[in-house]
Amino acid sequence: MHAKPGFAVERAGDETRLNLGGDWTLESGAEMERASDSLIGAAAGARAAVIDLANVERMDTGGAWLIDRARKILQNAGVDSQIANARTAQSTLLEAAHWRDFEPPKPPPSHPLSDMLADVGASVVGAWHDLLHGIGFLGESVVALLRALARPHLFRMTSLIYHLESFGLRSVPIILLINFLVGCIVAQQGIFQLRYFGAETFAVNMIGILILREMGVLLTSIMIAGRSGSAITAEIGSMKMREEIDALKVMGLSPMDVLVTPRLLALIVALPLLTFLADMAGIFGGLVVSWGYAGLSPDAFLDRLKTAIGFNTFMVGLIKAPFMALVIGLIGAMEGLAVQGSAESLGRQVTSSVVKSIFMVIVVDGLFAMFFAAIEY
Amino acid sequence: MTVEPSDETKGPDAIIRVRDLVVAFGPKTIMRGLDLDVRRGEVLGFVGGSGQGKSVLTRTILGLVQKRSGKIEVFGKDLDKVDMDERRALERRYGVMFQQGALFSGLTVKQNVQAPMREHLHLSQRLMDELALLKIELVGLPRDAADKFPSQLSGGMIKRAALARALALDPELVFLDEPTSGLDPIGAAEFDDLIQTLQRTLGLTVFMVTHDLDSLYAICDRIAALAEGKVIAEGTIQTMLSSQHSWVKAYFRGKRGRVLALTRDDRHTPATAGGL
Repeated sequence: MHAKPGFAVERAGDETRLNLGGDWTLESGAEMERASDSLIGAAAGARAAVIDLANVERMDTGGAWLIDRARKILQNAGVDSQIANARTAQSTLLEAAHWRDFEPPKPPPSHPLSDMLADVGASVVGAWHDLLHGIGFLGESVVALLRALARPHLFRMTSLIYHLESFGLRSVPIILLINFLVGCIVAQQGIFQLRYFGAETFAVNMIGILILREMGVLLTSIMIAGRSGSAITAEIGSMKMREEIDALKVMGLSPMDVLVTPRLLALIVALPLLTFLADMAGIFGGLVVSWGYAGLSPDAFLDRLKTAIGFNTFMVGLIKAPFMALVIGLIGAMEGLAVQGSAESLGRQVTSSVVKSIFMVIVVDGLFAMFFAAIEY
Repeated sequence: MTVEPSDETKGPDAIIRVRDLVVAFGPKTIMRGLDLDVRRGEVLGFVGGSGQGKSVLTRTILGLVQKRSGKIEVFGKDLDKVDMDERRALERRYGVMFQQGALFSGLTVKQNVQAPMREHLHLSQRLMDELALLKIELVGLPRDAADKFPSQLSGGMIKRAALARALALDPELVFLDEPTSGLDPIGAAEFDDLIQTLQRTLGLTVFMVTHDLDSLYAICDRIAALAEGKVIAEGTIQTMLSSQHSWVKAYFRGKRGRVLALTRDDRHTPATAGGL
């Protein structure tokens, strides 16, 4: 069935005859490549060379290309070379796949140092543009939100409810679970460390303050950034890829109103609710571990908790939640709208959306920490 | 795309042989005992109304859709009886051009053409580059298109790039799914010429699903018409024109077909000047 590509050399004076045989097809792959390379070696130094195709069983464009390339290289080395005894079909192939100069153009000379500086400069400019674009987008979405308030009959209630379910309700189990676990871990570590000072019961203060002020809202935001922020980017991004966004625009609909506002509002409503649940789950985790690990009864835990925290402790966490939602939703939508034509670009924007929103959530949390410290709340 | 030795005479043997094919999705039967032959070296145009299952047949032959019963032979091998290795070897012998191109959007045109080579052949990077550029030139794309991404190409260029990828492994058989859909008449005519030139140069067998009456007149050796889950008419354009089946009549002798039917005498020697 498949015969190896090869050749026999016949020398007559200073003329070399190369009798090719076998299958010169891509099936042979590397073998054919080696055979064509040794063709050049075999005829080098001769005055003239004839490449005889009479015994070639089968040939395809790959074979034709390699044979003609060998001929051309010999020609350039000063060997007068020709191809002989090609059948009609082979001649057609050789004509179609004749040698052409595919040398890639020389890349412009590069200097590592200046390239690096240029890269740094480009990223700084890119970050600046990102920031400006972000502020612009924030403005646009505020206008869209106000428009929705001004003309509530135009607001897409169905879409809002749908997204409330997918961002909010469907996140409840995972949010409860991770916060419960983190509550347990914080309690266990707190009790373990404070035991050295005989201050085990102060672990309750730590659990209360830490969970309510920081951990509840932070963990929930990070989870939602990964879960819903990425979904927003992927949905809007794939709509952008398939020109659905353009279709909306030419129908006179604003993608801001149709796509962004309902998602943004759904997040702003869902995140505080989820944060409340997260707080409860975290404290419950702390209670369970305090009971089991330190022997603190639930009644004692709750008594202790009442003295340790105030309503403001609870509010500090909750106030932050809508802002986190805004950050996640804005970044998700912005990255989605930045998707270009390819699947790769969609992947890149989803990654960038999750990374940026988690980063921004932590930055915003830091800003709030400074703010609350300044107003002593 | 392989040149056979001259002493081995090849008759019009069937390269694809479909017998009594039944394909159904749930309760909906698409193919009801379909028979079809594609002969070596011909261009077969496959026509049928929208939703009649032209693409389903192509996808069934390619193994992308499960059949319920019947037999499909490709290159004389029953697809039900081949093992994985044989199947892979068979798949190397045909190329497919999907309707929307189905180019990998994350790869440049050159990398797209190289993708099948990289998987199936052990070639040096230099040769792969050269062969990819050769195929890109054969389908009539400019050299600088090689380093572009599919999203940067026009519809016509995507079709050409998809054809270049279908030809990457020098297949003997190519499946073209509506190759001229979405092209302007000039672009479509050029593409017809290109398919014909390549078919002649490389000795291809072409299975072409199409709606384009011009393509059917210009380059198809034979036409098969699909309706009611069966091939209802098969043969040259003349056979189609003289068919009494109502759907075939409406298709070829309808308002759009009539002009071509009248002028077809001027067109029986189609232009061969292609993108080469």
